[in-house]
Amino acid sequence: MAVSASAHPTPLLKLDGLRVAFATPTGPATIVDGLSFILGAGETLCIAGESGSGKSVTALSLMGLLPKPGGRVTAGSAMFLGRDLFKLGEREMQEIRGDDIAMIFQEPMTSLNPVLSIGTQMTEGLRRHKGLGEREAETRAIAVLDSVRIPEARRRMKQFPHELSGGMRQRVMIAMAMSCDPKVLIADEPTTALDVTIQAQILELMSDLQKQTGMAIILITHDMGVVAEMADRVIVMRHGKVVEQGAVKSLFTAPQADYTRALLAAVPKFANGKNAPGETPRPEPILSVRDLIVRFDVKGGFFHRTKQRVHAVEKISFDLAPGETLALVGESGCGKSTTARAIMHLSPFAGSVKVAGKETAGLTGEALRALRRDVQMIFQDPHASLDPRMSVGDLVGEPLVIHGLANGKELADRVADLFERVGLKPDHMTRFPHEFSGGQRQRICIARALGLNPRIIIADECVSALDVSIQAQILALLKKLRAELGLSYLFISHDMAVVEQISHRVAVMYLGQIVETGPTKEVLGNPQHPYTQKLLAAVPIPDPARRGLARRRLEGEVPSPFRPANYVPQYLNYRDLGGGHLVATQ
Amino acid sequence: MPAYLARRLVQAALILLGVAAITYLLLYMLPADPARMVAGRSAGKEQVEMVRMQLGLDRPIWEQFGSYMWKLLQGDLGRSYLQRVQVTELLGARLPASLLLMVGAIFCELVIGVTLGMIAGLRRGTAVDQTLMVVALVFISTPQFVIALSLLYVFAYWLGWFSIGGYGEFQHLVLPSLTLGLLGGGWYARVTRSSVIEVLRQDFIRTARAKGLDRWRIVLVHILPNAVLPIIAMVGIDIGYFMGSIVVVESVFGWPGIGQLTWQAIQQIDIPIIMGVTLLSACAIVLGNLLADLVAPLIDPRIKLR
Repeated sequence: MAVSASAHPTPLLKLDGLRVAFATPTGPATIVDGLSFILGAGETLCIAGESGSGKSVTALSLMGLLPKPGGRVTAGSAMFLGRDLFKLGEREMQEIRGDDIAMIFQEPMTSLNPVLSIGTQMTEGLRRHKGLGEREAETRAIAVLDSVRIPEARRRMKQFPHELSGGMRQRVMIAMAMSCDPKVLIADEPTTALDVTIQAQILELMSDLQKQTGMAIILITHDMGVVAEMADRVIVMRHGKVVEQGAVKSLFTAPQADYTRALLAAVPKFANGKNAPGETPRPEPILSVRDLIVRFDVKGGFFHRTKQRVHAVEKISFDLAPGETLALVGESGCGKSTTARAIMHLSPFAGSVKVAGKETAGLTGEALRALRRDVQMIFQDPHASLDPRMSVGDLVGEPLVIHGLANGKELADRVADLFERVGLKPDHMTRFPHEFSGGQRQRICIARALGLNPRIIIADECVSALDVSIQAQILALLKKLRAELGLSYLFISHDMAVVEQISHRVAVMYLGQIVETGPTKEVLGNPQHPYTQKLLAAVPIPDPARRGLARRRLEGEVPSPFRPANYVPQYLNYRDLGGGHLVATQ
Repeated sequence: MPAYLARRLVQAALILLGVAAITYLLLYMLPADPARMVAGRSAGKEQVEMVRMQLGLDRPIWEQFGSYMWKLLQGDLGRSYLQRVQVTELLGARLPASLLLMVGAIFCELVIGVTLGMIAGLRRGTAVDQTLMVVALVFISTPQFVIALSLLYVFAYWLGWFSIGGYGEFQHLVLPSLTLGLLGGGWYARVTRSSVIEVLRQDFIRTARAKGLDRWRIVLVHILPNAVLPIIAMVGIDIGYFMGSIVVVESVFGWPGIGQLTWQAIQQIDIPIIMGVTLLSACAIVLGNLLADLVAPLIDPRIKLR
């Protein structure tokens, strides 16, 4: 369903009938099947889809970067400036890559070479494509770094990637891609790994650069919020095929394909607290945290004395009622995961953590194991949190065995029961983790956490790595279990729309302290602290009509929690706005 | 950095003292009698006792140990029982030859190992890769004297490129260095290969390719420095390993280093020399590791010494 060329006065790239096959042990598998589009100069084309839709493979095949051996373009043409990219040899593609067509990737943390300075990595493309000398390339590189709003560009040239934050690294990636003035920029999930305020900054930067240079952007993303924010036209892909293609407005207002409708329906809509569940009755808290402090020492010098400290968590206090969900939100490094680890006694801490009225600080041995029966944890990455060499039945049953709660026939029955509870078939018990999809694996992790009949489940970004349709299913499962079993969740997330759906109360963390807390409706609907406001303003809204509506220029990044050893932290004071809504005063 | 260096040097001194103490006590427990060795096979009981007194071996073990350690702290390694010369003098005379051999060997193993490993890793899964890995395995598993004699046979006897033994010219250095280097080179080739494969998988290699860089730039600038990082730590450890292998290689090639001295000393239970060589080896290992740790941050800026 290619759009006619007349709609685009200056077609820059014309992709026609792309087919990509990958070699698998069972023969070639078609990953992309019959994709066509026309990209006009200055246009932003979003390719949206869930994992396995073939969107990234499309990008790699345009760049001639399909993994070898394995991936191969088996049909189709990509006409770019009068030449078919798929017919060019490696040498000719090298001339085009990074010069006419540039690409940025998802992971800014790993996409830069750790042993080369920013300067080396910035200038090598310029020297290769533009034939610049060392000096000229350096001058140009600094200018480009300036244009992506990297402060102190000249000093950055001598720095190494690990000295920069994730947002800064993605800016460097963009600067690298922009350095040779490409005609097309392919961005593969460029903001997925970033915090939401940084995501907003990067998206804005990309639009600005596009306005200045007139380049075309192919933006590959799974996030319909990002699509709504950026796209002129959208291609929705599924299982390698185009499901729907069209202008962004009509796609969001009148989606034609069922899949597009389902996809849009699954996207959690952030509604400033209006969608939040009401408060639950709050009797005696099941979990009560008081003045929790977690600091990590950074040692150095002759006697290995503490030179610096990471103030990860600084005196935070909160209560979690039975059946209640409290969301800890904040950006990376704010201390939300460290808080979870401290509650689980996976990290040393100071302060008080009471579970069902019983102090757990200082517990060891058998008493600590009893605590772990009451508090269980689910992690972000369901791939990494299951041992690949154990069958999923053994994985789910392992906590029961460790705690000596069941064995033999009884164990098998319990595990089967847990499988049914989380919506898995008990006869899959003998299979291994790699035979399951991401969503099913997360169900396995939930089943494992439920095995010990816990009263509290700490879910650390437990739906962040999942596709939206799967995310919706897991959230529904968590809600169902909460209702059936009276579980309390400590729900750690950076995604405001997800938080709004599931949590009764919210605590916003910033630099190890809570800056605002209260009922979800209140905090998300009537945010008082400037940081909460900034965080909420950055949430991309999956509605192209509201593009940039709530957007302000979001400057700056979260400062480092590293402090000198003699640093005395400043504690926040709170103002009570009524109804348990507390906000830190300046 | 100065604090780091100071701490490491203090650690090194403590390690050396520990090694000295343990080795000394182990040698004392040896069921052989140095006095008998010095006095000779035909000596009578009285003569042996005389020698024992001369060497101070009649004193209680703690006294002997104490005085040895006290002298050691002053840099005195004692006198050889048989050669009647200061051990420091003996070691000093032979150390340069061994150091030279070690430098040659490290050079060989790095060049051989990293080159083979890079080629194999970049051509992973091909016949080239498989052949190189078999070659590396052969290097690793062949006993050193076999390698030494084969090299001598082919390059010295058959081709006549090098002389069979000797010391003093560059050509004398080649075959012994190669003997030591092939074994390490085999190891390094395997490690380099797997680290190249690991690096190739990294996102930043994809970035480099997306920039349109040519293959050589990607291999030499982006892959090589990342791939040799694990090798550097291995060189530090290898120095200790060489101190052992050197005994064999030096005797095959007639290389006048500490290897030969060690061999003789062990046969004659010349305790001061054995102690001296052991401490020297320990010193080499400790310094080698320190050196490796100091070099690593030059390649990888993420490594911080503190």
